[in-house]
Amino acid sequence: MSESVQSTAGGDERIKEISPLRRALIRPELGGMVGTVAVFTFFLLFAFDSGMFTAQGVMNWSVVSAQFMIIAVGACLLMIAGEFDLSVGSMIGFAGMMIAIFSVTMSWPVWMAIIITFVLCVAIGALNGYIVVRTGLPSFIVTLAFLFILRGFTIYLPQTIERKTIIGGIKDAAEGDWLASIFGGKVGQGLFVWLGDNGIIEVFERGTRQGQPVVDGIPMLIIWAIVIIIFGHVLLTKTKFGNWIFAAGGDAEAARNSGVPVNKVKILMFMFTAFCATVFATCQVMEFGSAGADRGLLKEFEAIIAVVIGGALLTGGYGSVLGAALGALIFGVVQQGLFFAGVESSLFRVFLGVILLGAVILNTYIRRIITGER
Amino acid sequence: MTEDTKFHHGDAQDQKPIIRMVDIQKHFGSVIALAGVSFDLKPGECHCLLGDNGAGKSTFIKTMSGVHKPTAGEIFFEDKPMHFEDPRDAISAGIATVHQHLAMIPLMSVSRNFFMGNEPTRKVAGINFFDKKLADEITMEEMRKMGINLRGPDQAVGTLSGGERQTVAIARAVHFGAKILILDEPTSALGVRQTSNVLATIDKVRSQGVGVVFISHNVRHALAVGDRFTVLNRGQTLGTAKRGEITPEELQDLMAGGQELAQLEGSLGGTV
Repeated sequence: MSESVQSTAGGDERIKEISPLRRALIRPELGGMVGTVAVFTFFLLFAFDSGMFTAQGVMNWSVVSAQFMIIAVGACLLMIAGEFDLSVGSMIGFAGMMIAIFSVTMSWPVWMAIIITFVLCVAIGALNGYIVVRTGLPSFIVTLAFLFILRGFTIYLPQTIERKTIIGGIKDAAEGDWLASIFGGKVGQGLFVWLGDNGIIEVFERGTRQGQPVVDGIPMLIIWAIVIIIFGHVLLTKTKFGNWIFAAGGDAEAARNSGVPVNKVKILMFMFTAFCATVFATCQVMEFGSAGADRGLLKEFEAIIAVVIGGALLTGGYGSVLGAALGALIFGVVQQGLFFAGVESSLFRVFLGVILLGAVILNTYIRRIITGER
Repeated sequence: MTEDTKFHHGDAQDQKPIIRMVDIQKHFGSVIALAGVSFDLKPGECHCLLGDNGAGKSTFIKTMSGVHKPTAGEIFFEDKPMHFEDPRDAISAGIATVHQHLAMIPLMSVSRNFFMGNEPTRKVAGINFFDKKLADEITMEEMRKMGINLRGPDQAVGTLSGGERQTVAIARAVHFGAKILILDEPTSALGVRQTSNVLATIDKVRSQGVGVVFISHNVRHALAVGDRFTVLNRGQTLGTAKRGEITPEELQDLMAGGQELAQLEGSLGGTV
């Protein structure tokens, strides 16, 4: 009447072989890779002559993609840790406005304005996270509140102080500032001059900049994007902390039982998301020379969409920084590509909706494969 | 079942107990959940704690794992009086609890789950990196010891069966130095095949010198691996029996605390 207590170590009869295709499907980056190839194929076929693949064109969509990438990496790590941040867009507007107010209105040195803004914004990110872990409310609600709070301040402060909603003159203030050049400068000018001189890229044919290459350097924005992607990827996949991020989002209770400091992980990820938004804002302000109250509108959704296209699960616990970066690349290429191809730009939104739906359906299917449920 | 009286899995009976709990009482307000329970556990022993629902099993093991503080009574851990302030004290002393709904994350790989919270690190250029290679190797090795053949260390826990997940959790607790393993109804949600997997795991763990507290209300599962059996009823110990000194029927009667079940069992053909 008792069951035999034997080891079932015998063989693998309970494990079915899985095909390489299914194995590849389990990689979170897969959707992003396929999408990237598809998007590039499409535009190479239909918009090759539009100027999209000249040096200027490439720089154009690279910059736009890099912008998406910076906020997508933050959103990605936070989503894997099981939370959302809907206040990213408002944070971008707020951070830009604070830099402008500090440096132009209050005439602080720009480097100080940038540092104080970073401290302030990361602290707001920490507050977001603290409220979420303390109250146990969905981060969706908490950060939605901050979406309005921060946007409200971003409009109220410049109106009260300067009686306008755009503060300019940052370019003059930032002239020669060491920290400003880390966000607004360009690198590799020498290389591009050389490329221009050797006829590899085009040069201006007339005007004041005659003889100079059409692209005169790589904006620091792109360097920031690359650095943040590498940092995020290494953090997530190669460190102890990365394991905690997965664990916190996969099942917070189980992670706690195993001694993972879940609350700390989540708060730090909110802070990192805020940091990424502030990097975005600082680069933008340095590039435009002004801060506007409407900057960063809807960016939170674009970041989340890029992350989802990149294979992360909305429910947390699964995803990839590289995937999110590819999602951001798809985003940037399509947005600018449609412009180059002369397609009505409102269709971009249609595309976004369709690709978001497709990505979520694909991800749900992938999760079923991973967890073995049918 | 009962013919296997003397020869079972290493004789642990003459060793000193790792933990001794004497006359434990626990009151919640006016409710007396435990009214003097005594219990001890020796290394390499599987001590089954049996009892029907509401007998006080859960309260008792929560006292052992530091979740509750006893109202009266004493706990001796390795012969020293012990007062656990919180579960972490108990864990660091070497008392690991594997819960029914356990600490496994389905979307993460087996090796990432195995080392969750205890990740091995390797220094490269002054930065601590997660030593995935080492983690994978240890995980594969430990799983092989437990008789689970993984496709690879990257296999997600979600693809494992319930019994295999229990086994991973048990193997993890043992690997990280548990001296006492509390298994709270590890087999209650499992099928026959998976149950025997878990029971086999318990047997392996015991042979490594770990003391196992096995909580169940299934007499057959208990008799399959237990060295000693303590029955709780209404917050009191009804007695402790050694393997071979008690028949399944007697054990069942003790748990139910009455004769009606014996009759019921008779009409059901001994399948309860």
